[in-house]
Amino acid sequence: MPAPHGGRLIDRLVPESRRERIEEEAEELPRVSVSMEKRKDLENIAYGIYSPLEGPLTQEDYRSVLDRGRLANDVPWTIPIVIDVSEDEASSFREGDDIALVEGGEPFALLHVEEVYPLDRREYALKVFKTLDPAHPGVARTMGMKPLLVGGPIWLFRETPGKFPRYRLKPKETRLLFRERGWRTIAGFQTRNAPHLGHEYVQKTALAFVDGLFINPLIGRKKPGDFRDEVIIEAYEALLRHYYLRETAVLVTLEMEMRYAGPREAIFHAIVRKNYGCTHFIVGRDHAGVGKYYGPYEAQEAFDEYPDLGITPLFFRSFFYCRRCGGVTNERVCPHPAECRIEFSGTRIREMLMRGERPPKELMRPEVVDVILRHPNPFVE
Amino acid sequence: MSEETVIIRIPKRLYKRIEKKIAGTIFSSVEEYIIHRLENEFPEEPVYTEEEEEIIRERLRRLGYIE
Repeated sequence: MPAPHGGRLIDRLVPESRRERIEEEAEELPRVSVSMEKRKDLENIAYGIYSPLEGPLTQEDYRSVLDRGRLANDVPWTIPIVIDVSEDEASSFREGDDIALVEGGEPFALLHVEEVYPLDRREYALKVFKTLDPAHPGVARTMGMKPLLVGGPIWLFRETPGKFPRYRLKPKETRLLFRERGWRTIAGFQTRNAPHLGHEYVQKTALAFVDGLFINPLIGRKKPGDFRDEVIIEAYEALLRHYYLRETAVLVTLEMEMRYAGPREAIFHAIVRKNYGCTHFIVGRDHAGVGKYYGPYEAQEAFDEYPDLGITPLFFRSFFYCRRCGGVTNERVCPHPAECRIEFSGTRIREMLMRGERPPKELMRPEVVDVILRHPNPFVE
Repeated sequence: MSEETVIIRIPKRLYKRIEKKIAGTIFSSVEEYIIHRLENEFPEEPVYTEEEEEIIRERLRRLGYIE
């Protein structure tokens, strides 16, 4: 099993025995309100999912991540994890102070303010998303950020139960789980979709090389048209129940928003799975992409820059169903012409489902289709 | 204070091959590359207390991840 990223699994969760006292202390501190998405990021820091981060980035790390895709100490890191504040909020505290982070009126973490520094939204968008197009969902969110960033270590004292508590595990738990199952090699699979046969084929191909499969759907804010979280979970439950060996695959959620940052996000996704204990990470076509902002294999190429990542990427090209072959295949294997192919087009499958039609069994398992069509509206609006 | 180190000898031809492989990458020396590879091969696992391990195991059992 790989060492946690940066060498140490971070734990910034206040022990139960000290929580009450910290909660009382937090009542007296200046407050900064954050969104639920930021709260989830901070929980992920506290649980070690974002190791080696101990809090939102300070300026040196932030600059280094933007400019080089690495923390200041050279450890690979591609997505800036930051807390943005208004000038008004920043006027209530100084560097060196502790502040209470609040979401929905509830204080949940302390942040020791090491630095407050300005955010250049355009620079952030251009370097992280490679575009300034406001139609890009990541750019749109960036342009709505407050003008200052605050960095420093955190202590989490109040946790959210999670949307699917039954599937929410921390890296310390998954690492023990892998050990208990006797898995030495584990492939992480990132998803924000209900599975079609192309996904299944990729996962099962990876399983030919590794001991276990870690299916890790993102739960959290997504763009309109993406599958709803509950649909993804129920669809995977159905798929695993009917088509997987129980001893070779696990389903665990990751509460984190999609950024749609393509290549940068692919590296980030790999780091997160390394922290869970994965040795391998599956990277498909247009990983974490949106629209036409990134080349179809740009995310895979990004791994060339990170020989020191500490997790092995498994690259997959596009798969399709070939009527002549009678199964799922790809262009490097199948000799038959294009008219024999049924492409796994997410857009096409979505359109069919939106019309209440059943995609053919060559595209999607009937049990998965049943789950999706049971939902009155399976897509984010 | 820097960490105590030991000297290990490797064949020169292997050294040369590694040197060639890491040229232009983030690794500034063969030594740095080898340390990185070995740290991944022999990672420092998170430390669990007995009590913590039992709590986690019980949760994994309850959720159906292990028997």
